[in-house]
Amino acid sequence: MKTKTTLSFGAVATAASLALSALVGFTTVTAANAADKVKVGFVYLTTPGDHGWTYAHEVARQDVEKHFGNKVETTFVENVPEGPDSARVIRELAKQGNDIIFTTSFGYMDHTIKVAKEFPNVKFEHITGYKRSPNVATGNIRFYEGRYVQGVVAGLMTKSNKIGYLASFPIPEVIQGINAFGIGLRSVNPKAEVSVIWVNSWYDPVKEADAAKVHIAEGADILAQHTDSPAMLQTAQKAGVHGFGQSSDMKAFAPKAQLFSSVNNWGPYYISKVQQMMDGKWSTGDGPDHWAGNTWVGMADDYLVLSPFENMPADVAKAAAQAAADIKSGKNKIFTGPIKDNAGKLRVPAGKTLNDGELFQTLDYYVDGISGKIPG
Amino acid sequence: MEALILTVLLTSVPLILAATGELVAERSGVLNLGVEGMMLMGAVSAFAATSILGNPYMGILAGAVAGAMTAAVFSLFALGLATNQVATGLALTIFGSGLSGLAGAPFVGGTVDGLPNLAIPLLVDIPVIGNLLFNHDIMAYLSVGFLVLVAWFLNRTRAGLVLRAVGNSHDSAHALGYRVLLVRLGAVSFGGMMAGLGGAYLPLVLTPHWSEGMTAGRGWIALALVVFASWIPSRILIGALLFGGITIMQLAGQARGWTVPSQMLSMLPYIATIIVLVVIARNRDFALANSPACLGRLFIGNK
Repeated sequence: MKTKTTLSFGAVATAASLALSALVGFTTVTAANAADKVKVGFVYLTTPGDHGWTYAHEVARQDVEKHFGNKVETTFVENVPEGPDSARVIRELAKQGNDIIFTTSFGYMDHTIKVAKEFPNVKFEHITGYKRSPNVATGNIRFYEGRYVQGVVAGLMTKSNKIGYLASFPIPEVIQGINAFGIGLRSVNPKAEVSVIWVNSWYDPVKEADAAKVHIAEGADILAQHTDSPAMLQTAQKAGVHGFGQSSDMKAFAPKAQLFSSVNNWGPYYISKVQQMMDGKWSTGDGPDHWAGNTWVGMADDYLVLSPFENMPADVAKAAAQAAADIKSGKNKIFTGPIKDNAGKLRVPAGKTLNDGELFQTLDYYVDGISGKIPG
Repeated sequence: MEALILTVLLTSVPLILAATGELVAERSGVLNLGVEGMMLMGAVSAFAATSILGNPYMGILAGAVAGAMTAAVFSLFALGLATNQVATGLALTIFGSGLSGLAGAPFVGGTVDGLPNLAIPLLVDIPVIGNLLFNHDIMAYLSVGFLVLVAWFLNRTRAGLVLRAVGNSHDSAHALGYRVLLVRLGAVSFGGMMAGLGGAYLPLVLTPHWSEGMTAGRGWIALALVVFASWIPSRILIGALLFGGITIMQLAGQARGWTVPSQMLSMLPYIATIIVLVVIARNRDFALANSPACLGRLFIGNK
């Protein structure tokens, strides 16, 4: 049984009629209850109704419940802004006796670390960040692997040689994605160019649709997104162009426009971490690299899954499947030199592959194939 | 270029609708900060009605009714029980966000066929502007129609004069025998209906799906537009087009590789709004000429 209670409100509105800000209400939902269960808390950025990022986490939370049945009790708090408010929510979850808390967005990083110090006996898992402490582990998916495959498909599909890309915020994960897309694109098409529009939001369907329309008006015939709503694909379908879905399969919204979606599959990760808690074996572990965090896996482990290739000729689908297979087998590491930036400067020499730390620390440029430059 | 201008026009429609409604409510002396909540209720109802009945015109109707009903909740408290309007309005936004999310849950993941474009015969064939101005969905026409209607109503009709009188001095209006609360109830309900229509435009035209919080702050922009317009209807059109224009311009600027940081470009619509407000405010007579004197003040009848 689920109970829905209002936890608190964060009102950012001031100045009567001039209030340009949004108003946020968090909602806490708890499932089942008992004493000797492992209690698992989740902090969500938006609501599972976004069909994207948070939806993928919600599917994983349900996987945890299905897998462990009445051995777990899960709680989630949705619509938590990435500011100081998040510390309040994380602290509240810790106080409620959750044994392990997953904070599912990059912007919760510092607040997770801060609250973790106050609750040394609670385990924290921060998603997509790079800071750790004795009771904070980090988990991430190699999203950029899927974007390489998108780049390959885009390069083979485009007729105008103009690709439109919607980006959210210039953080490492997003830059990795753009550059992997560019490398994939260049591997099959020497002429196509990617133009990036920063929406400065993870989730604003109308603005995402507007940005997509602008890309199309500027001549783009393939669209890619690192924002969370299906608005871009719907716009693409209406205009008769194609695009890629984000975080979860968005086919239902644009059956004629979606080439494929990169689907985030957090279930196995959450299940393995909760299992570790039950066995008393939870640890931050030794990740492949400090910057990358403790768990950073992708298509090879099925943490990143590509939905079926559709709306493309058979030979393009075949090339996409081959690109995906090469990434899975480890044959293609994507960020392997020679890599030039978009000003023609050699950034990674031939034969060298960027390691995980370098992927976080050194990508302050766009690769060849992406126009413009990284803001900020 | 034509595609960009079309995008600007469409982006402005929900703002024009919601701001026009709020303007009428404010001219009657009621500050309803719940526009965002009413828009969300309009959006979810429009989507639900369209996906159940299969007819987007029923969606328009549902959006208008839902907006007006959400406004009725505000009226019950702020007018009926004379609660603080600012607090009640903020509560209405939170209420609308939550209830729309709850009501919309079954519709998450669905999609509908949006409103069709209705080209106006002959006019649409005018070179250049024909397709830009006369090939839209019915709500785009309605948004301008309502704006003209409201301007005419406020300035040219006796009822409009009464409404403004109530907004400027509810005690005088009351003394003259006008039913202040009834006038305000009507104005707030109209505001709610218009906000509902503005919200309905999102799932019916701009992005044909429902998702929680999809208005993403447009209700607040509509509120700001009313001040921007200094409570004069025609200026809402200018404000909405300016805001929409700068929004789209900054996106197009990025696509074309302008070297200005995108964060800076994203701020532009807001900076422009603030600059215009400052310029307007320099001339106090001008700025406050149409500002309802009783805006936000409580009225308790029969005192």
